[in-house]
Amino acid sequence: MKENNLEKANEMKPEAHAHAPLQNIAIWLKKNLFSSPTNTMLSIVVISLFFMALGPMINWLLIDSVWQGSAQDCREATGACLVFIREKYQFILFGFYPREELWRPILSITLFVAFLWWSKEPKRWSRRLLWRWIKLLLLITLLMKGGILGLVHVPVDKWGGLPLTLLLSFFGLLFSYPLGIILALARTGKLPLIRILSVTYIELIRGVPMISLLFMASVMFPLFMPDGVSFPKLLRAQVAIIMFMSAYMAEVVRGGLMAIDQGQYEAADALGLNYWQKQIKIILPQALKIVIPPTVNTSIGMFKDTSLVVIIALSDLLMTTKTALKDANWLGFSMEAYLFTALIYFIFCFSMSRYSNRLEEEFSYGVNK
Amino acid sequence: MSDAMIQIQNLNKWYDDFHVLKDINLDVAEGEKIVICGPSGSGKSTLIRCLNHLEEHQKGNIEIDGTKLSANLKHLQKVRENVGMVFQHFNLFPHLTILENLTLAPIWVKKIPKAVAEKYAMELLERVAIADHAHKYPGQLSGGQKQRVAIARSLCMRPKIMLFDEPTSALDPEMVKEVLDVMVDLAKEGMTMLCVTHEMGFARQVADRVIFMDRGQIVEQAAPDEFFNNPQHERSKEFLSQILH
Repeated sequence: MKENNLEKANEMKPEAHAHAPLQNIAIWLKKNLFSSPTNTMLSIVVISLFFMALGPMINWLLIDSVWQGSAQDCREATGACLVFIREKYQFILFGFYPREELWRPILSITLFVAFLWWSKEPKRWSRRLLWRWIKLLLLITLLMKGGILGLVHVPVDKWGGLPLTLLLSFFGLLFSYPLGIILALARTGKLPLIRILSVTYIELIRGVPMISLLFMASVMFPLFMPDGVSFPKLLRAQVAIIMFMSAYMAEVVRGGLMAIDQGQYEAADALGLNYWQKQIKIILPQALKIVIPPTVNTSIGMFKDTSLVVIIALSDLLMTTKTALKDANWLGFSMEAYLFTALIYFIFCFSMSRYSNRLEEEFSYGVNK
Repeated sequence: MSDAMIQIQNLNKWYDDFHVLKDINLDVAEGEKIVICGPSGSGKSTLIRCLNHLEEHQKGNIEIDGTKLSANLKHLQKVRENVGMVFQHFNLFPHLTILENLTLAPIWVKKIPKAVAEKYAMELLERVAIADHAHKYPGQLSGGQKQRVAIARSLCMRPKIMLFDEPTSALDPEMVKEVLDVMVDLAKEGMTMLCVTHEMGFARQVADRVIFMDRGQIVEQAAPDEFFNNPQHERSKEFLSQILH
């Protein structure tokens, strides 16, 4: 059956170019959607389901929706209440950050995203770039925190929404990736004590849910600290996230290490490279490239998992959304609010996924290019 | 005795219970070319892999150019700098260009300036006729080209000894000659060479000594003419009749 289709497709190919565009479309449709009775039936069912769902959706979002007015107008209408988004987007994005100072997180995020965009080209990766990042992060911290240069001081517990989500995931990734690599090397290495330590750490962390780690970081950890020593809650949550992520990253990287041919190790040994030269120059570049897809998969998962910090009362993007919904004047617009938040999450996650494809192509060493 | 480039005394190696190398004694003089042959599983690859410590031996002594092989990292480092190895499956680094494959070890292990390393690497690539492909990746070359690059990569460390572990076994037949030609040239220049190979033409042409191994032992060693025309041992005769038809 399949072979038949292929043959047909091949027969059609040379003809197809000779036809007008409209006929080309017809041929494409016939080949891809209506090539057999089963295929035709499936196509019809799927297409009609799609339109059945799409119609009401468009009605709700674009035609019957309320773009301006009050909460009352919204309740009377049958469509989406976009007024609610207009009213609340600042709060959802930036939480309790003072309204009149909002330019600061906006500028911070703009700088952050712009610099992230600029750094995405592998040819720009260098030690200098790392220094620039450190400077930028210090600048952003100052900008957000204030207290100098006439900027009003905004304490860390007022930060919320998107900046908090980005902060937790960015630093989570930044630290857990190298930590994961070290854990993976330790686990696959020859030194028994180090291997046992690494295996214990990874299995312990992977064996508990992240929520419990966050709880421990926020409730138990302060109990073990001597009097007078305390770390901000944000920092404790960040450390918990890094600990959690690095265990997962370690297993992803280990997968890559296992995929490297023994001959690569032998060739490096035979040339006299020492352990670290061998790992850094030969093994890791290949292993990390192989695991780009699962690395990004884990990163995307972690980006969304940062929303679990709500349980220790940090208000990340999802928490600010929930809080916005509690406004007594604007009850009942959760659909709109969650769609808005979902869209923001989607933009970041989808970008990561696209970028992963880019990187894979970039590192294809002249083959499959 | 003491001027030998390689001295092997009472070498023994086990894989768990399996005794792979049994009391191997072998001296190799500077500039000597040795071909090691024998049926598969006879321990010939294991023997040359012991010489740069890719395999660890449990008993006996190996001394390379006056340095005793042991777990001592400094000694090991010195030996590996002096001993080049060519593998059956090339083992080029796929993420580096041909030129980078050659210069990596000189730059990082010998701390040679990049420009100097690259100049020498290009000379070597010229010699193995791959200079045109210097900036390609291994994945873009044919098997024969890859193996020539692998030889050049080892030479780039300016080794005193070259080990070849079945360098032509993974090649398509039409590519065997281009690799053997490079090896013959190298032999003419006076490199000390140990080759595990079944290329008997090559053995006749360049070898000073042919060593026949079976079941972990050196069964017979002789000059190639003598070995091929008049093998002494029963097992050598049987082996030769099988590979020469």
